Amino acid sequence: MISQVVSAVGVVIAGVFVCALYYWLSDKILQVVFPVPVDNVHAASVNLNRRAMIRPWLFLAPALILLVVYLVYPVVATFILSFHDRSGGNFVGLSNYRWAIQDAQFRQSIFNNILWLAVVPAACTFFGLVIAVLTDRIWWGNLAKSLIFMPMAISFVGASVIWKFIYEYRGGSDTQIGLLNAIVQFFGGDPQVWISLPFWNNFFLMAILIWIQTGFAMVILSAALRGIPEETIEAAVIDGASGWQIFWKIMVPQIWGTIAVVWTTITILVLKVFDIVLTMTNGQWNTMVLANLMFDWMFRGGGDSGRSAVIALVIMAAVTPIMIWNIRQANKEMGGH
Amino acid sequence: MNAASSLRRIGLPRLIVHLSVLVICIIWLIPTLGILVTSFRDAGQISASGWWTAFTGAAETSAARLGEPSTAKQEGTNYVISGSVFEQGRSGAVRAFGTRVAAPTEFQVGQAADLGEGETLTINEDGSYVYTKNAPFGGERGKRVYLSVAAPPSFTLDNYRTVLTSQGIGQSFVNSLTVAIPATIIPILISAFAAYALSWMEFPGRALIIAMVVGLIVVPLQMSLIPLLRMYNEIGNLFGVPSRSYAGIWLAHSAFGMPLAIYLLRNYIAGLPREIIESARVDGASDFEIFVKIILPLSFPALASFSIFQFLWTWNDLLVAMVFLGTGKDQLVLTGALNALLGSMGGKWEILTASAFITIVVPIIVFFALQRYLVRGLLAGSVKGG
Repeated sequence: MISQVVSAVGVVIAGVFVCALYYWLSDKILQVVFPVPVDNVHAASVNLNRRAMIRPWLFLAPALILLVVYLVYPVVATFILSFHDRSGGNFVGLSNYRWAIQDAQFRQSIFNNILWLAVVPAACTFFGLVIAVLTDRIWWGNLAKSLIFMPMAISFVGASVIWKFIYEYRGGSDTQIGLLNAIVQFFGGDPQVWISLPFWNNFFLMAILIWIQTGFAMVILSAALRGIPEETIEAAVIDGASGWQIFWKIMVPQIWGTIAVVWTTITILVLKVFDIVLTMTNGQWNTMVLANLMFDWMFRGGGDSGRSAVIALVIMAAVTPIMIWNIRQANKEMGGH
Repeated sequence: MNAASSLRRIGLPRLIVHLSVLVICIIWLIPTLGILVTSFRDAGQISASGWWTAFTGAAETSAARLGEPSTAKQEGTNYVISGSVFEQGRSGAVRAFGTRVAAPTEFQVGQAADLGEGETLTINEDGSYVYTKNAPFGGERGKRVYLSVAAPPSFTLDNYRTVLTSQGIGQSFVNSLTVAIPATIIPILISAFAAYALSWMEFPGRALIIAMVVGLIVVPLQMSLIPLLRMYNEIGNLFGVPSRSYAGIWLAHSAFGMPLAIYLLRNYIAGLPREIIESARVDGASDFEIFVKIILPLSFPALASFSIFQFLWTWNDLLVAMVFLGTGKDQLVLTGALNALLGSMGGKWEILTASAFITIVVPIIVFFALQRYLVRGLLAGSVKGG
């Protein structure tokens, strides 16, 4: 155990050293290969130019290699694998896609993902905005924000245990130790097995992600609200607008861009939701989502890379519009530099 | 004065705002509080009563046997058995009692309960009882009674001791550190160099690479898993090494965090004042020197922001660890161990809550200690993108 820690620390030190050595050494080699002689102005300027041409690529190389091997190549490979059979060896055309369309579990996953997409980003953004507005107006607002932001630090698995305890159900005449069932019982209702309740169990899983992500929305939206020019609100106050009107007609329209960013960020997260479903239900009781179905097929019966790839591609297709929008936005910003 | 402070004057009555924020905070805190309190409770008490009763003390149902008929004494026309319902050396506070297991709170303490057939039973709060009958007691054994006993709050560290040693959570904690620390530090250095090249060096294809990095930020992990798993297996077979190793997951985490790292750092480094870098160049400093002596120290806030993200992400990750690491003791990370316990120990909340708390305590410390940088990083990553 101790030796493992020592070796991990050793790896960190060695890794940092090797990285630093690479950048330092490659720079030195560059200087040796293309020397800048003092007595030959022409040769010096040619070699300086060559250095300037090569140096960026030396700086970029490790990052580019990692990006290409771990992200660019796999995207292409997954696309190709989706046209192949379970072992990835034989070309099978569109049959994996045909399977997906007809598979009940796949359809269920699509339906559930749409449900998640409809509820979670909207709920997080709404709660985040309301809490941001409220906490900006009280002296202990920063403390409140910290507490609401804290679940961001908790792993999805940890959060699942936390919420599973809230949804806990005890059969028979046992005391209900789950908070939700205790509350239901207190008001005279019957305890339920919440996570196997058809259809509604999806919402009990979504509550976990909303609990985690509302803090994120709150932090971003709170910063945007503070950036609103004071004059616009002063003017509205003078014109006799109510607090409600100021919020909806003056403040919200001015932070529309930020709301969109928060919404899309959470949308991407929701598309990839995996841990919560795995730990809460493992896709049972009609709670399957695409990421879990994909993982399931990666290993089910020795694994089926073709079907698994198709499911991954569906998730990819869903984020592609956001990706294109982001790239355009970044290009626009760079043009303005 | 800002927008918020002017709203303060015109908005809802202040009290309502304070109250609603208070209620929201309580709702947000209660789930975590629940497992924290439960993880310190005695296993028996956890299943006997909800964690919200932990501080007031719970009522436990227990059974006791009254004295045997042979110990009865005759008092006038009545036969009397007396004594204490508690075993010798024990004490407690009886709240109510009954003669059927289904109704342990049928009778109140201190009052004579009429049990029928001429029998009356009085049990006092301190456990002493008087059992009388207007005829001799029959049978051999003492009568069984059920008691509702107030159990004093009892907290213990046993749950933590159990999970850290016998459930392997201690080992998993070390495994998680082994994954997270290198996977946080390696990508920082690599992406910082790349970010510098992308902000302060002119070369053809720069815009294209930046566009690629921005695009890769949102590529779902799921797209990478299948080809990488195949690649790792092939490399493992080719060189006769295990395909699931720490080195493999360090590289995977580094690469998956790379697009966001380059993007965040580039935004920051590109915003550094041009004069500083130009004057260093004029003084004859090489790019390597500029980077190490000027860029790195100045970029500390951005580096800190990203390292917090990356640490939280690698520590909290389950999917990448499930694919790239084994499930053996020496490789199972905390999230994986917790997931396994959910399957094997479902319902044993003393184990689950203590394990969960060990899993979340490190990120929570990091969060509260470095919240400032986390918020700054979030703002740089999202508001700018909009």
